[in-house]
Amino acid sequence: MNLMMLLEMAASAFPERVAFTDSSNATSYTYGDLFTAAGRRAAALRASGARRMAMLDVTSVATPLALFSSAWAGLPYVPLNYRLTDPEIEALLARVTPAYLVTDADRSDRLGVLDAVAATAREHFLEDHRHPEDPADEWSMDPDEIAVLLFTSGTTGQPKAAVLRHKHLVSYILSSVEFAGAAEEEATLVSVPPYHVAGIAAILSSVYSGRRVVQLPSFTAEEWIDVARRERVTSAFLVPTMLARIVEALEGQSDAGMPHLQAVSYGGGRMPQTIIERAMDLFPNTDFTNAYGLTETSSTITVLGPDEHRAAKSSDDPAVRRRLASAGIPLPGIEIEIRDEDGRVLGPNERGEIYVRGEQVSGEYEGRGRVTDNDGWFPTRDAGSMDDDGYLFLEGRADDVIVRGGENLSPGEIEDVLMEHPAVRDVAVVAMPDEQWGEAVAAAVVVKPGQSVSAEELQGWVRDRMRSSRVPQVVRFADELPYNETGKLLRRIVREWFSPGG
Amino acid sequence: MALKTGARLKSAVCDGEVMIVKAPAGDIELTCGGVPMADSAPATRQAALPDHAVGIRIGKRYINEDGSLEVLCVKAGDGGLAVNGQLLLQKDTRQLPKTD
Repeated sequence: MNLMMLLEMAASAFPERVAFTDSSNATSYTYGDLFTAAGRRAAALRASGARRMAMLDVTSVATPLALFSSAWAGLPYVPLNYRLTDPEIEALLARVTPAYLVTDADRSDRLGVLDAVAATAREHFLEDHRHPEDPADEWSMDPDEIAVLLFTSGTTGQPKAAVLRHKHLVSYILSSVEFAGAAEEEATLVSVPPYHVAGIAAILSSVYSGRRVVQLPSFTAEEWIDVARRERVTSAFLVPTMLARIVEALEGQSDAGMPHLQAVSYGGGRMPQTIIERAMDLFPNTDFTNAYGLTETSSTITVLGPDEHRAAKSSDDPAVRRRLASAGIPLPGIEIEIRDEDGRVLGPNERGEIYVRGEQVSGEYEGRGRVTDNDGWFPTRDAGSMDDDGYLFLEGRADDVIVRGGENLSPGEIEDVLMEHPAVRDVAVVAMPDEQWGEAVAAAVVVKPGQSVSAEELQGWVRDRMRSSRVPQVVRFADELPYNETGKLLRRIVREWFSPGG
Repeated sequence: MALKTGARLKSAVCDGEVMIVKAPAGDIELTCGGVPMADSAPATRQAALPDHAVGIRIGKRYINEDGSLEVLCVKAGDGGLAVNGQLLLQKDTRQLPKTD
């Protein structure tokens, strides 16, 4: 079992098809050429004596080349966040030496002087004439070898390196993607960064299905819309903030159509219900899919499909309509349980921590081993519940739940209600310390340009729609909410705004 | 031979290759074209049994009767897969929505 096997199959079934196109410079690879290039880079990697392949660069056609050549050579692939500072990057690099590093020309000079780091500029890595080697000998089929080390975006302490072995990623692809299932004209637009698990999953599932990948190295809504139209993109994965920006950019335009866009999947954070509803109004012929997953689970574990989106949106029944906010049902081979703090398995509609089990679940960190229990269950640290039909509802990180006077409140529910207010552009609800209740509800609100609203009006808006315990005790207005570059709301920072002295 | 998950086996009668997705413990003789498959292909090709020449298709999965054995065809070939003389069945795959 090896990721290379996925590319080998594609290269033997449709070698001439274009596999990857970088929209920023129009370079591309066919499956056949990518396979050959990977074999030659694998020979160079093996000869280098490196033990890891580190990639520190924006997305380009070098991204899949680095992923597959390291799989071929038998080195873990380590994509690093290029937005980190040099000292942060050096600290991470020191944990993966001896390393073969592919990066931009500037950083290649600066980081190449480090101990046990052989740095190569992306341009050199891509040039065939610099890699005249014969393709490396066969890759290992040992399913337990490490395919990818992904540093998680933990915001406290040292980043953890999640370990994904070939067996985890290959099982994920085999259970969720049909080989050669894409039609020749299909193209998917990838705008998530290469160091995000969704970026890795996009490469693998696109290769296995034979779907051309159009790469967008740096996301803006305007650029995304432009490239999607120009390249006749048929599908895309987006994090919620990206979809929100695209909806804002297109709403009210006379020519808002994206006629080729058959499917949009989204995940990587909580999707506000108003945003997905507006997106569905904007693209009525597009299939929307919500995918929930984590780095430690090789990406997607639950899916809310297009039919369920349409059924929920067109329903007058609040229970059915609520499903639009659901993360869906588990993929084949995935089991989910909701457990309380004592590890007791909870029933339908009871809130607790989400546990997951399945062949694609790694739950392992380098240097710390697996954090799964004896039966293979991985604690996600995400809070949630399942309804009577097994649909999963996310309530945010387990640490984000607001415990007010013994009652557990989900920030997401309150955020959804506030987002429905016509003047609200964005909102974050967090816990704030409170003498009487232990914790109280606090809301940070971004108002739409040209609109105004008072804290009292927003409190009244929530009071009219939810139980009184959900009404924010404090509402604070902000110009922007803090997100990381993959669209994850940094609640820790919002909480600081409401802490004493914050 | 014992079939190990993730291992790749080659046909002795054609270009066909499979990867073991899952297998029960113990010795199992997986054949292609009626001839045992192995880690490497023999120097000279053998003839397939006539009723074992149904072919395997790349990307398709094949299972035995009780579903305890599952293999993925990673290279197409003319032979047919079998265990104990029983041809494996092509597994139906459900179409899932595209997620990434």
